[in-house]
Amino acid sequence: MRIALFVTCVNDLVFPATGQAVVRVLERLGHTVEFPVEQSCCGQMHANSGYRAEALPLVRNFVDTFGRYDAVVAPSGSCVAMVRESYPRLAGPDPELAAAVAELAPRVHELSELLVDVLGVTDVGAAFPHRVTYHPTCHGLRMLRLGDRPLRLLRAVRGLDLVELPGAEECCGFGGTFAVKNADVSAAMLADKCAAVCDTGAAYVAAADNSCLAHIGGGLSRRGRSTPGAPRAVHYAEILASTEEEA
Amino acid sequence: MTTGTGNIVAPLPFPTAARRELADGQLRANLRRATHTIRDKRLRVVGEVPDWPALRRSGAAIKDDVLARLPELLEQFEAAATAAGATVHWARDATEACTLVTELVQRTGSTEVVKVKSMATQEIGLNEALAEVGIEAVETDLAELIVQLADDTPSHILVPAIHYNRRQIRDIFASRMPGVDLDKLTDDPPALAEAARRHLRAKFLSAKVAISGANFAVAETGTLVVVESEGNGRMCLTLPETLISVVGVEKLLPTFRDLEVFLQLLPRSSTGERMNPYTSLWTGVTPGDGPQTLHIVLVDNGRTETLADPVGRQALRCIRCSACLNVCPVYERVGGHAYGSVYPGPIGAILSPQMTGPDAGANRTLPYASTLCGACFDACPVRIDIPEVLVHLRQRGVDARRGRPSAERTAMRALAWTMRDRRRYAAALRAARRGAAPLRLVTGARGQVRRLPWPLSAWTASRDAPLPAGRTFRDWWAGRDRTGGEGTGGDRG
Amino acid sequence: MGTVDRSARDEILARIRAVRPDEPVSVPREYRTGPVAGGTVGEPGEAEAAALDGELIELLVDRLVDYRATVRRCAPQDVPGALAELLGEVPTVVVPPGAPVRWLSAYLGRIRRDGDPEPLTVADLDAPGVAVVTGCAVAIAQTGTLLLDGAPDQGRRLLSLVPDHHLCVVRAGQVVGGVPEALARLADPTRPTTLVSGPSATSDIELDRVEGVHGPRRLDVLVVTD
Repeated sequence: MRIALFVTCVNDLVFPATGQAVVRVLERLGHTVEFPVEQSCCGQMHANSGYRAEALPLVRNFVDTFGRYDAVVAPSGSCVAMVRESYPRLAGPDPELAAAVAELAPRVHELSELLVDVLGVTDVGAAFPHRVTYHPTCHGLRMLRLGDRPLRLLRAVRGLDLVELPGAEECCGFGGTFAVKNADVSAAMLADKCAAVCDTGAAYVAAADNSCLAHIGGGLSRRGRSTPGAPRAVHYAEILASTEEEA
Repeated sequence: MTTGTGNIVAPLPFPTAARRELADGQLRANLRRATHTIRDKRLRVVGEVPDWPALRRSGAAIKDDVLARLPELLEQFEAAATAAGATVHWARDATEACTLVTELVQRTGSTEVVKVKSMATQEIGLNEALAEVGIEAVETDLAELIVQLADDTPSHILVPAIHYNRRQIRDIFASRMPGVDLDKLTDDPPALAEAARRHLRAKFLSAKVAISGANFAVAETGTLVVVESEGNGRMCLTLPETLISVVGVEKLLPTFRDLEVFLQLLPRSSTGERMNPYTSLWTGVTPGDGPQTLHIVLVDNGRTETLADPVGRQALRCIRCSACLNVCPVYERVGGHAYGSVYPGPIGAILSPQMTGPDAGANRTLPYASTLCGACFDACPVRIDIPEVLVHLRQRGVDARRGRPSAERTAMRALAWTMRDRRRYAAALRAARRGAAPLRLVTGARGQVRRLPWPLSAWTASRDAPLPAGRTFRDWWAGRDRTGGEGTGGDRG
Repeated sequence: MGTVDRSARDEILARIRAVRPDEPVSVPREYRTGPVAGGTVGEPGEAEAAALDGELIELLVDRLVDYRATVRRCAPQDVPGALAELLGEVPTVVVPPGAPVRWLSAYLGRIRRDGDPEPLTVADLDAPGVAVVTGCAVAIAQTGTLLLDGAPDQGRRLLSLVPDHHLCVVRAGQVVGGVPEALARLADPTRPTTLVSGPSATSDIELDRVEGVHGPRRLDVLVVTD
């Protein structure tokens, strides 16, 4: 199977370790991963901020770049939701693009969907001897309906102590440009999420989206400056990539 | 097209109003407690209905059908209600509706009316209009009564006093309720309910005119429906001689049988009950039973404007259950007053700016009052895709200002121009990485930056920011290609 | 009252016609055949029907108790005794014009029948110590709801509203599963109709339910089974 990695723009620039982790997990499972360098951004920030015209060329670029692959995987529930849920709407007025989107979208998977549904794997041979709590990010939870797929993957990780996050399904307050345009409300939501995360006693808070994690991690880091030992934010792909040797 | 007027205009930009509300710790605690209570209840009673998804689909389709056949159904409703003894009036906007109702009350000679809680009358500012001509409107719903006694404005569609806790309600009653028995008044909810009962009893039994809204209006039969809990609705709908019902034109249902869907969807979504204590259905006037004069005022007030937008019109499916408010993480933090309109929360953020048009007050800021988390869409009993409409309204706002200079649009354009070309994009990534390099010297142990310049200062005001990595993913991949696969290690941490 | 301004009406209708969606909408109704509403497929036999009725009554009772209504069950011949027991020391009972005389044959207090000879006044009904006994048109098991449609054994709406204590007699055959069956059973939907689900209550204080506001604070339901 030709699996193409859509690393996403945020991961490319700020969180390359997450992309590397996806590659390591898939290669460890015996698959070949390709990284089409023509890829850039899914256009979510543009579209969600009301800049449809600006987003459309990015939709075209995505379709041109990934159309030829059997499966496309991205370590981001939000970007995959953009492709599967919002692309059809954006492309609507252009029948040719809409047809290409309709053809491609079902083959675009968030990492846990690819592993659990397409490849049929829950134990990826990882080890991570730490207490971890999981925050289901909104687009993964409510648009992609990832359900317990990431949790099943994490439960199969050796040594990992998975603890439940109270109020897990509540938004962390990131919301893209919301974090800047409504910074005060965003900060209030973040404070509650960070408190819930800290109360679990976990060493790590994992999620399927690095943009939400940057927000949660930034809040935890700010707390950590006054109270050392606050949990760290980590993409769950990086946990799945960890092995006994590193542990 | 006439746009909507009345109490649906945000006077302040949402972020400004939200900041004011966020400063109130008691408000946050009250909202958190109330919204979490109702969320759990709703999930429990929705969970016991295996047909729920099918009911939601039907509810959405029935309302879409109403919108598609609205003129015919309105005419059918008018004919049926008139045949049953009602008088049907029409109002283009809030002012016209208030004038109509005021004149109808004046004709009865009454200077006091009892009111059933009604969003339509809140929307058009009816109480204020009546007060101007010396008619006192007595709100009889407990939460509306609390708000009225406190000289406050509603902060929730279903429970306008949700921002007060029991202790605060006790204090309001103690200082503002005429003749209240202070010895018996504790902050125990049954004691508060008892105080409201005593306060309103005489008014119910002597009122000559009542004003209500309607949850549903059945075109086939001319029937109006009010869904309530306390019995104040039944009192108003049954005892006075004259009843005036103010009804938005979108409240129609085609047939009586369609109620079987909505009487299942509404109670479970709003108060989290299998059924609300009382639902009243009445058709025109019935000799010997209830008011002998019935006026029905059908109100447009911006609904037509909303109907004109193919994406946004789904907001008109709304049955005012409040489920979207109760699950909204933004509403939970700021409460209803931050939205400035009688329609707060997610539904308000799409309804108010559509009804008034985007140029009214600060209504154009409302579609940004959301993280697009999607909890509202999941909870909506008539499947209004609120996130879709929010994004759509943001787009309408951006499109409407295409001709004018905007720093945000310049940035968005530049970003899109860069990102749609691989070389430009790779060069930009390298530039971002290099630009961040000096910052690396000042980061803490976690590689996080504490302060960034505007506009990212809004980010670093309350959280640290991550830095671009030492090497982008694509650079790592390119290096890996040269060295032949595994072995280049990761850039963890 | 014939001074209705037609110009607003015509203008609103005209502008709706100009902007409304033009695609017809078909309404799916799967909920009618789903696991709850559909009930059993095909005609149940006599024994099955009886068992099904039994389950519905159990469900109705469970729901009513959940609303903090008082529920009693009795056989048809025991209705007078059961009602007398529920009424206890209540001095005055109001009944609608068509309530069976037999219902209160064991009750020793004062009985006032609406419309006999005059309609009762609000003051009559609001007096202390007044209870009202009515029948109902149909009852919904899944939601614990009683539907009153103004038939002779239920009377005017204010009868079951103003007194602080309402007793409702429900016959087993009046109990249906869900909302759709109940609405379909109403003889005339244009009659003033009230759905009652428990005593009056409010959720207006911290969104938690508290019983007892303006409507009757005590609701007793007598379920009559064979």
